[in-house]
Amino acid sequence: MAKAILEFEKPIAELEAKLNEMRQYSGSLNIEKEIFTIENKVRLLKEELYKGLTRWQRVQLARHPDRPFTLDYIYEMTNNFVELHGDRQVKDDKAIVGGFAQIDDYKVMIIGHQKGRDTKTNVYRNFGMANPEGYRKALRLMKLAEKFDKPVITLIDTPGAFPGLEAEERGQAEAIARNLFEMSKLRVPIIVVIIGEGASGGALGLGVGDRILMLENCWYSVISPESCSSILWRSWDFKEQAAEALKLTAPDLLEQKLIDRIVPEPFGGAHKDHKEAAGLLKEVILEELALLVKIKPDKLIDQRIDKFGRMGAFEE
Amino acid sequence: MAWFSRNKENISPDTQKKELPDGQWEKCPDCGEIIHKKQLGNNLWTCIKCNYHFRIGSAEYINILLDEGSFKELDKKMRSADPLEFTDTKKYSERIQATIKKLGLNDAVRTGTGKINNMDVAFGCMDFKFIGGSMGSVVGEKLARLIDKAVKNKIPLIIISQSGGARMMEGAFSLMQMAKTSARLTRLHEAKIPYISVLTDPTTGGTTASYAMLGDIHIAEPRALIGFAGPRVIKQTIGKDLPEGFQRSEFLLEHGFVDIVSHRKELKNNIYNVLSLMS
Repeated sequence: MAKAILEFEKPIAELEAKLNEMRQYSGSLNIEKEIFTIENKVRLLKEELYKGLTRWQRVQLARHPDRPFTLDYIYEMTNNFVELHGDRQVKDDKAIVGGFAQIDDYKVMIIGHQKGRDTKTNVYRNFGMANPEGYRKALRLMKLAEKFDKPVITLIDTPGAFPGLEAEERGQAEAIARNLFEMSKLRVPIIVVIIGEGASGGALGLGVGDRILMLENCWYSVISPESCSSILWRSWDFKEQAAEALKLTAPDLLEQKLIDRIVPEPFGGAHKDHKEAAGLLKEVILEELALLVKIKPDKLIDQRIDKFGRMGAFEE
Repeated sequence: MAWFSRNKENISPDTQKKELPDGQWEKCPDCGEIIHKKQLGNNLWTCIKCNYHFRIGSAEYINILLDEGSFKELDKKMRSADPLEFTDTKKYSERIQATIKKLGLNDAVRTGTGKINNMDVAFGCMDFKFIGGSMGSVVGEKLARLIDKAVKNKIPLIIISQSGGARMMEGAFSLMQMAKTSARLTRLHEAKIPYISVLTDPTTGGTTASYAMLGDIHIAEPRALIGFAGPRVIKQTIGKDLPEGFQRSEFLLEHGFVDIVSHRKELKNNIYNVLSLMS
């Protein structure tokens, strides 16, 4: 599979390609020293780049086509995954997947938005943009988890809920609202992880829980930088500024006290190593699960409602 | 002289544009009827000819729905704190300041307690004219406290929505107000206290996708725009014109997301009746 390279990653990718070339000739030519120097240079350049990522660069990383998606995490982190389908009302939404699985000793319900990796799979997955039946499927699975006393893990990665004609007819707004309401009072622990894009209500529709985690290179906000630019600047050209203004990265949200914890990614981003990315996330999920399963349901729900109650900034 | 310039008026408009004499008249955007402001007010800001419902704010709804002098406002002074220090073409803090000064409202919702035909209620009403009725931290917090009040006093909750959705200038804070208000409503639900959501023109985005769609009963004003995505976005996405009446109250009634479409003149009666039957 061809690896996609983002604009800002190009200088490094070029240097790395040069390095590989040089390594091939290093037997016949005496260039060991030069190779060593360039290797060092690449390493420093990388460290500098990934330490000082702008918000817009992180948005791009969050959308990286090679990034692990929900099913990648599920396959890497869990055993015995049984995918369940359909909302029992209209159809099976391919933009949201979910089912029972086992993560170490814990049996859980794991649900998430699913993007595609190429045009064909993206069309099949509707680019990770769910219709109402996606949210209703998710709710059905959560209720199932509640019935059998299994914790819920949701993975968020969507450019938004689908803005379509049928979506409106079948109550997109009601479906999301219902999930917010029902997730608030679900009697089992819920761990929410933003693994890529967290765009507005479409993301929040799976986003109410006891612990909100966010991977290092993700964004989560009320609107995408592009749409924000088009509305407030009346042009699509201010997406970088909009990303800065929206303060939508994981470090931003941690500072705003809207998430609980940042999950580290492999150096250079989760797309560099799916296995490592999933391993890092699994570790954190297991830690959080161990704490959450001890809390009694009534207390859990009270804490959850109050947790969201504290979010906000106002003057009196 | 240009080739295309017209030396004779061949086409004239079907109807002559009616000029509005002074500030005393309003033109119905739907049928074009010219109505005197006093007459319009007496008719609860609905067109005397075609029943078009003019957009009105919290002051008017308080007058129309609550018993005279019964409204006691809560958290009147609460204001946005601009948590992101947001700037687009203008600073958000200045936008807020200017809007407060211009409208005499502190944010996009007013909350309080009041009476409907002598029945105590917790009452919240949004104002579209305050930054598009957008929901930021203040709207979320005021509504959350209103819900608490309804639970504590065991009185029904009524929220009149008119909002373009979550407020962009507070980023993820605005988004979380959807979760905050919805989570709080579960406590009202557990306490078995009725909640009537009134949807007026327009109710879209994050507002619809949270408290506005979580009422025990949904009452909408005629022909109000109600939806999740805005019509412009949907049109761009599907690349087709939208059907007549799409996302209007009657459309939502037809698709099962609204219980009652009520003329503004019947609104108080409808709310009171339904509350009486549920209590």
